[in-house]
Amino acid sequence: MNPDRRQILGWGAAAAAGAVLAPAFRLVELAQARSPQEAASMLTRWGLLIDITKCVDCDECVTACHHENGVTRHGRLETDPQWIRSVKLRDKATGFAQTLPLMCQHCEHPPCVDVCPTGASFKRADGIVLVDKHTCIGCRYCVIACPFGARSFVHETLSDQKADVPRGKGTVESCTMCVQRVDRGETPACVVACNKDGGKAMVFGDLNDPAAEIHRRMHTEPSTQLRADLALDTGVRYQGL
Amino acid sequence: MRYVATLLPLILIVAGLAVAGDIRAQRADAPVIRIEQGGACVAPTAEMRRNHMKMLVHQRDQTVRQGLRDPRFSLKNCVECHASRDTGSVLGKEGFCSSCHAFASVKIDCFECHSALRQGHAAAVPR
Repeated sequence: MNPDRRQILGWGAAAAAGAVLAPAFRLVELAQARSPQEAASMLTRWGLLIDITKCVDCDECVTACHHENGVTRHGRLETDPQWIRSVKLRDKATGFAQTLPLMCQHCEHPPCVDVCPTGASFKRADGIVLVDKHTCIGCRYCVIACPFGARSFVHETLSDQKADVPRGKGTVESCTMCVQRVDRGETPACVVACNKDGGKAMVFGDLNDPAAEIHRRMHTEPSTQLRADLALDTGVRYQGL
Repeated sequence: MRYVATLLPLILIVAGLAVAGDIRAQRADAPVIRIEQGGACVAPTAEMRRNHMKMLVHQRDQTVRQGLRDPRFSLKNCVECHASRDTGSVLGKEGFCSSCHAFASVKIDCFECHSALRQGHAAAVPR
């Protein structure tokens, strides 16, 4: 039996689709393992999913973050840097209270990058929003532009920085999603601390990787962005808000 | 006699400059170049002396912007080899970075943000 015209067209279409999709699968595979000599890839988008219903009133994530990144406090609330903080929400009508960790939301369209006059504020290819402190002039436009109040200015001379986390007076800083750990293939310190005692309120992963837990949960369970009205497409999402 | 009269001030000026130069040389401490783990540098000494700052700037932009963390050219790796065995630091009077930069009168601000301590040493020093 000779294949009819329709069948041959079908085979042709399948071959064409294969030729188009195969390189894409290859790129996804490449994105998963990254050596120190390989640049951050835009095929990856790092994100966090935070389930507030599992978030108890502790500060494990805040402590772990500030320990990992060498963020020291001087007991001066107005000027001390904060990379992550615990925010309490209370429904005025019912009195129902919730706690959530708030940090840089690693927006796809970050307002801090838009306003930076020197290009110091930037979004890395894999979605992590950072400050290049070599070019930061400390103008603090980004501090004002960020709708989440996630950025801090370093007011005081520092002396005990971590080798992997350079920080200095006169520059702006915020959550880096523990970029030094992520580049080593590890998970951010806050997520490790949260999951240590089985709290598991925080999940870290690649939003573009179909095999990742964060990808699966964000596609099957409801989640919300903070200030979704601003259409910033945040990399940090919340559940149970 | 006329020759002597014209040459004498010249001789005096040259001698004076030489003495002044000597005094200046004594006033500035000669840099202390004590390399704890010699022979393992990423480039020959002559190239490092001339171009270390270019390497550092190049690597810093790649690391911050693209996440390329080639350990060979990182500032952390420099400090790891060049930090003093006594203080664990590249700064201080006899620090590898600071003594040479003080002599050349070139201000470095790397270590206002970056740690000047060798990793192992940093962990050992109580804060």
